[in-house]
Amino acid sequence: MIPRIYVPADSGALALGAEKVAKAIEKELKERGVEAKIVRNGSRGAYFLEPMVEVATAEGRVAYGPVKPSDVKSLFDSGFLKGGHHKRWLGSPDKIPFFAKQTRLTFARCGIIDPLSLDSYKSHGGLNGLQNAVAMAPADIVKQVTESGLRGRGGAGFPTGIKWKTVLDTAGEQKYIVCNADEGDSATFADRMIMEGDPFVLIEGMAIAGIATGATKGFVYIRSEYPHAVATMNKAVAIARKAGVLGVNVLGSPNAFDMEIRVGAGAYVCGEETSLLNSLEGKRGVVRAKPPLPAIQGLFGKPTVINNVISLASVPVIMDKGAAYYKDFGMGRSRGTIPIQIAGNVKHGGLFETAFGLTLGEIVDDIGGGTSTGRPVKAVQVGGPLGAYFPRALFDTPFDYEEFAKRDGLIGHAGITVFDDTADMLKQARFAMEFCAIESCGKCTPCRIGSTRGVEVLDKVAAGIEAEKNLALVTDLCNTMKFGSLCALGGFTPYPVMSSITHFPEDFKPAPARVAAE
Amino acid sequence: MTMQAASTEIASRTAAIIDEMKGLEGPLLPILHSIQEEFGHVPKDALPVIADGLNLSRAEVHGVVSFYHDFRAKPAGRHVLKLCQAEACQSMGSEAVAAKVKQLLGIDFHETARDGSVTLEPVYCLGLCACSPSAMLDGEVIGRLDDEKIEEIVAEVRS
Repeated sequence: MIPRIYVPADSGALALGAEKVAKAIEKELKERGVEAKIVRNGSRGAYFLEPMVEVATAEGRVAYGPVKPSDVKSLFDSGFLKGGHHKRWLGSPDKIPFFAKQTRLTFARCGIIDPLSLDSYKSHGGLNGLQNAVAMAPADIVKQVTESGLRGRGGAGFPTGIKWKTVLDTAGEQKYIVCNADEGDSATFADRMIMEGDPFVLIEGMAIAGIATGATKGFVYIRSEYPHAVATMNKAVAIARKAGVLGVNVLGSPNAFDMEIRVGAGAYVCGEETSLLNSLEGKRGVVRAKPPLPAIQGLFGKPTVINNVISLASVPVIMDKGAAYYKDFGMGRSRGTIPIQIAGNVKHGGLFETAFGLTLGEIVDDIGGGTSTGRPVKAVQVGGPLGAYFPRALFDTPFDYEEFAKRDGLIGHAGITVFDDTADMLKQARFAMEFCAIESCGKCTPCRIGSTRGVEVLDKVAAGIEAEKNLALVTDLCNTMKFGSLCALGGFTPYPVMSSITHFPEDFKPAPARVAAE
Repeated sequence: MTMQAASTEIASRTAAIIDEMKGLEGPLLPILHSIQEEFGHVPKDALPVIADGLNLSRAEVHGVVSFYHDFRAKPAGRHVLKLCQAEACQSMGSEAVAAKVKQLLGIDFHETARDGSVTLEPVYCLGLCACSPSAMLDGEVIGRLDDEKIEEIVAEVRS
């Protein structure tokens, strides 16, 4: 067997030079007259080790990283094709602590297989879930997903099975499955990683959703900032169609299901489900009032399941190993696993899939290893631009939907941004308002106007103009936005703002006092 | 080419794109992406053709084009440089990166260099949040920007 060398083609790895490394390896192979196959896998998610190159040896895979193009010559000299020692040698990837501590259900194959090889997918348990689903009654599939306890991983945490049941129970000649891949939250990249590293799992999850609810057509709406994910998904859909995973007879069954990849156009608000539906229909991405729920009147007014990438990609393992297996992981009402994305100013950044229940402190300090600048952690924003900033004092909060809600926060799409002690929380609060103003769809007043007024008032606070009075005004404004906005953009912008004011009051003191305090 | 000839040319190429894609469910966004790919921007002269082709009002088409950040009303520079300015990149100094790039290129965000070499834009997240600060140059992703990488980028867009 000719040796196999794995060089990730994941965007994150590419951003760190994986393409140059692949080219250098190719060149070296040619010059040395050595035969080997270069596989462009996804990333396993340890970005502090990317580009992480692996070789398949008789004793299993051996990893090297982070590899620079200039390392390639010496890697060959050290006999890396047989797992030889080198300064970049990491050993078996399964034994690297960052990976060894994880529980990988949704991301079981990501970074391991060739993303565009259906055979590789199948040999790692792929299509087992869909195989089971085609032999089941739709109501039984829905029941299994409901019993697994899976909740929407996009941020809202709504039970996936209940959403599916509504669509199943709603009569309609045409129903749709829409996958929300408009992953716009800063600190999140789980959707991108799975689409680039294991696209068939998403396709399989959508096909199961289709069979479960009677929908025959699916759309994946991917943000335009993810060109690599778009390309991989398009190729994967074509392969799946050719292999009969998609089409009029899914896996040879009487069930029809096909899908298309669509690309967004740079509007953050289109990550909100009703705005996404409008965008897919070719309209302005303006939020729709609910009711009617998308499950009843969604895309083109038809019953529609709209789920996040990770929700759908978690379905195959549930249908393969059973609801009880999945439900067994987690705590309270947060069942199963969650891919936590550790980002920003952190030493060991990347994707860490684990059962719910780790504390924020364990995630940031133990797994993340603290800041990359080596300075103390000041604040951690959990849940993207609409999530709250947590101080160290709240590091005992367990990663769980309800526990975060109790502390006026949210886990959102499970992205975590770490900031060191140079962060200015007044500036962060102002940015939250500014971002809301840039991205507001304009439909509701609290969001459209409130965000702009929020920036102005916070600027007054920064300038030391009647700070106390203006902070009271911001608080009042946040209250209006929270309860008066149509969707989470205006409704949740108060989270980063109010958490900054509450937990970091020293940053909001009038300017002279702030200078004196430093 | 005269103005009128240019406008006829735009109309015919736009019509060809519409013909190819109007069978899609919800064809407007895919059509606009194709038009931008064809012309480098969404020309004003294309709008009435789209409105006719899809049986929409011109106002509706204009409303959609102007809603989305991606669609350009005029061509970009030869290179397009997007710098991520979202929270994860902020935590790693994206603001200072932006200031340095702006100074080196002599332009602000949403501007194109006078020699047409580059258009500079902010972007709110490229999904490279564990390798911040990040950027995208002509569709290629770049992580962990530092002074050296910034200078390389600037040299490349200037060449």
